[in-house]
Amino acid sequence: MAGVEVTAESRPATPLWWLLFSAGGVMSAFFMPVTVFLTSIAVAADWLDEEELLDAVRHPLGRAYLFLLVSLSLFHGAHRFRYALVDLGLPWLGRRAWLFYGLATIGTVVCGWFVLRL
Amino acid sequence: MAPTDSDLSGRPVVMDVFRFLPDEETEPRFQRYEIPYRDDDVVLDALNHIKAEVDATLSFRWACRMGVCGSCGMMVNGEPRLTCETFVNEFHPEPIRIEPLAHFPVARDLVINMEDFMDKLPTVKPWLVPADPKPIEEGEFLQSPAQLAAYKRFSMCINCMLCYSACPVYGLDETFIGPAALALAQRYNLDSRDGGKAERANVVTSHEGIWECTYVGDCTRVCPKEVDPAGAIQMAKLSYATDWVKSMLLPGG
Ligand code: SF4
Ligand code: FES
Repeated sequence: MAGVEVTAESRPATPLWWLLFSAGGVMSAFFMPVTVFLTSIAVAADWLDEEELLDAVRHPLGRAYLFLLVSLSLFHGAHRFRYALVDLGLPWLGRRAWLFYGLATIGTVVCGWFVLRL
Repeated sequence: MAPTDSDLSGRPVVMDVFRFLPDEETEPRFQRYEIPYRDDDVVLDALNHIKAEVDATLSFRWACRMGVCGSCGMMVNGEPRLTCETFVNEFHPEPIRIEPLAHFPVARDLVINMEDFMDKLPTVKPWLVPADPKPIEEGEFLQSPAQLAAYKRFSMCINCMLCYSACPVYGLDETFIGPAALALAQRYNLDSRDGGKAERANVVTSHEGIWECTYVGDCTRVCPKEVDPAGAIQMAKLSYATDWVKSMLLPGG
């Protein structure tokens, strides 16, 4: 099928937000619970050694994983929250895309800084 | 003691029917009808009984009585249903509340004004837009069973508009192009004989198009033809988003 030309009317950024939203959905639905279990419950219950876990997280792949997990989930939440506000009868707030994606972007930067310092 | 089947069939069918003549009345009202129960009646039969035997002023649409024409959709106890496929015994002896399809203006009683849908439908070009013109002498467009299967499910739509009545997004914002029309756009985008995807993009990915959908899925739940408009819209989102990424990576490509 032919590629699609993106016109002014088609709100060029929307597919990007939707892709981040979808990827974040997978992250927060499948990987977030596992991560919470490992980092909180499993460590607290002594099923997992804290130092070992920290070593794993400090590995470049571990850092990348944490970064994607948090940042994509933030974009998922921003998108979901924005549409929920429209549905709840607050379209004037929900339609301010820059506010929500902006917050997610700030969260992403903070997360990146944190992950690098781990 | 619980009533037995024969006791129940002796009880009348109680119908609370929405009545409204916008030209003559300011407020709609509900009118109660009680008619004899027959085990194999559908809700449309009950309405026709009322119209023929009790009250000829009641207005509603229907044509085929077999779930094909898509004109008999109404709210039955709050759910959008085809009344020719909804049996009275599903509710009997409880009262059955009949209202016009939600989210549409009422023309009269149970008849809705479907102009909005009829206006939107052609905007997504729900017909084959061949990629290259093909003269008749060159014969028909051939299609394999797999190519047919790619879009067949989405082609079963009978334009009954039940999905619009179920869709909360359309209920809040009637500019939304809505489930059936967007599913039809995807149906043609998926057709191997079609090359109109780019032409449809302007409307399908516009402010009123696929991105408004929040994937509630009620359209799919109520669809009498198992079209799965929610799934079609999700596929369209992924497909247009993929095109978008490609257009970003390969500018001018
Ligand atoms: S998609 Fe289903 S519910 Fe919607 S108009 Fe078509 S047949 Fe009716
Ligand atoms: S009367 Fe045709 S679908 Fe019900």
